[in-house]
Amino acid sequence: MSTTATPVRTRRRPPRDSAGSPLLLGHGRLPRVLAGTALTVLAAVWLVPFLWAVATSLQSEQDVSKPGLSPFKGAFTLSAYEQILERGNVLLWAANSFLVAGLVTLITVAISTLAAYGFSRGTFRGRRVLMAVTVAAVMVPPQLLVVPLFEQMLTFNLVDTYAAVILPQVVAPMMVFILKRFFDGIPGELEDAARLDGASEVRVFWSVVLPLSRPIVAAVSIFVFIGAWNNFLWPFIVTNDPGLMTLPVGLATVKDAFGIQYAQAMASALLAALPLVVVFLLFQRRIVSSVATTGLGGS
Amino acid sequence: MTTTTPLGAPAPAGERPLAAAPPGRSRRRGPGLLFVLPFAVPFVLFLVWPVVQGLWMSLTDSSLALRDTSFVGFDNYAEAFGDPDVWSSLGNTVFFTAVSSVPLVLVALVMALLVHSGLAGQWVWRLSFFVPYLLPVTVVTLIWTWLYQPDVGLGNELLGALGLEPVGWLSDESVAMWSVAALTVWWTVGFNFLLYLAALQSLPTTYDEAAALDGAGAWRRLWSVTLPQLRRTTVLVAMLQILASLKVFDQIYILTKGGPNGSTRPLLEYVYDVGFTGYRLGYASAVSYVFFALVIVVSLAQLRLFRQED
Repeated sequence: MSTTATPVRTRRRPPRDSAGSPLLLGHGRLPRVLAGTALTVLAAVWLVPFLWAVATSLQSEQDVSKPGLSPFKGAFTLSAYEQILERGNVLLWAANSFLVAGLVTLITVAISTLAAYGFSRGTFRGRRVLMAVTVAAVMVPPQLLVVPLFEQMLTFNLVDTYAAVILPQVVAPMMVFILKRFFDGIPGELEDAARLDGASEVRVFWSVVLPLSRPIVAAVSIFVFIGAWNNFLWPFIVTNDPGLMTLPVGLATVKDAFGIQYAQAMASALLAALPLVVVFLLFQRRIVSSVATTGLGGS
Repeated sequence: MTTTTPLGAPAPAGERPLAAAPPGRSRRRGPGLLFVLPFAVPFVLFLVWPVVQGLWMSLTDSSLALRDTSFVGFDNYAEAFGDPDVWSSLGNTVFFTAVSSVPLVLVALVMALLVHSGLAGQWVWRLSFFVPYLLPVTVVTLIWTWLYQPDVGLGNELLGALGLEPVGWLSDESVAMWSVAALTVWWTVGFNFLLYLAALQSLPTTYDEAAALDGAGAWRRLWSVTLPQLRRTTVLVAMLQILASLKVFDQIYILTKGGPNGSTRPLLEYVYDVGFTGYRLGYASAVSYVFFALVIVVSLAQLRLFRQED
């Protein structure tokens, strides 16, 4: 801790891990106050839509439609949430979202990690061509695939099935690329030692390579999960059966049905937002560092 | 053990000398094609094949309503280039990209610089700026439809409190796209913010300290030391952002369905409208390949710029 005599004592140095640069603001009091004010204003602007939605969701529809800037215009009530949960759709869609996003993450991470390791260490024929095609595929906008993929699902008779929602989402060339870059960077001696000791290739991958790759695999998993949880276009196109819809799709189909029932609309939005916000609160540090590790791979 | 060192040569080169294989082993070992197959099969099935299939469809009059499909050559492309709706929706996409990308980069930079300055409450700031990025698109649009509600929405209530006229946030043709851009900045700025924050945290502090010793003030060091060091990050963030903005569809489709009067309809929504509402899959494919060509041109142009930066 610095002992420099500055007016704002405890704010001089943040704890080590937040890694802020105290130098950025210099020693004067003015820049500190200005920066603090700007930060507070920005954070307020970013939080107000949330808080406004929370306030709306906790009132009756009649009170919500009263004019005025006050966030609370009437009595506190949970009736909007009760009505949403009674209807049951939101819970069903949340369950579908967990199922879909969970399976997509599991399969994507498994096949991408295996493939990236194969591309990085393998010597089989066609490896370079396949890797080059994979890298080029990063450029393909997912929206381009929607029309032919839908035709394909029609042909396979898969429209309105979990398989149709999940399978096309497990192809993630960007993640293969990120993982391969990581494998390229770790030395192969340990693997070769294990091979000499008679370990099979699967064993080498499972017991030597994977334990070394935990951070990058975690980062990739987090991004695949966020992406799958929030994916809208493809599940929207391939599901018509409300029983199969994920949260974003289900909510979109009933959005107009809410009409002027904004308390219920906000309650359902906040319920749908909850799972990932909880995940973020639990894994905040990991998620923040994931963005740094995967960098390019985020969206 | 030591005799196998050549095997440990860096893998990316891919050419480990076969001669160095240990005696008793017939060939050098390593993961085989089987490792790649579980990815390669769905990759070909759900990505390569649809790309080829889409290209083929764009040369036919394929339709969701008709079973018979015939080859029409470049007719769809010719029609696309003469279609005023293609041009107006392309114009909307470009306009959206311009008005969303600039704040998405600048606001993210300001946020990251402010948070990095080490003021207390790090996790509160990160939470406020990043959490919207985690929300599904439908949640974001539900919340903002309510904020933009014309009579009692927060937007017009605020204007009213300032003594200003209410605005048709989503119903006024000249305002709607700006409203969509504001929503998008709120929603996705957190990702760019984290990229900048990560870059700032990895900068060496030595230059900053040296400049401070030489008596440079906070502003001076920001302009002459920190920002120049962030140049590469800025180019990268801007590149990714432009490509992401060009692909806009979801939030606009849910928020305005492209209205009012087509003023917010992006090119990708036109593809959707033509393909799934108008059933003309062949023509929709052609328009989406025009879009793909645009994305490739922009990517290559950016890559050139990026290389020149080095």
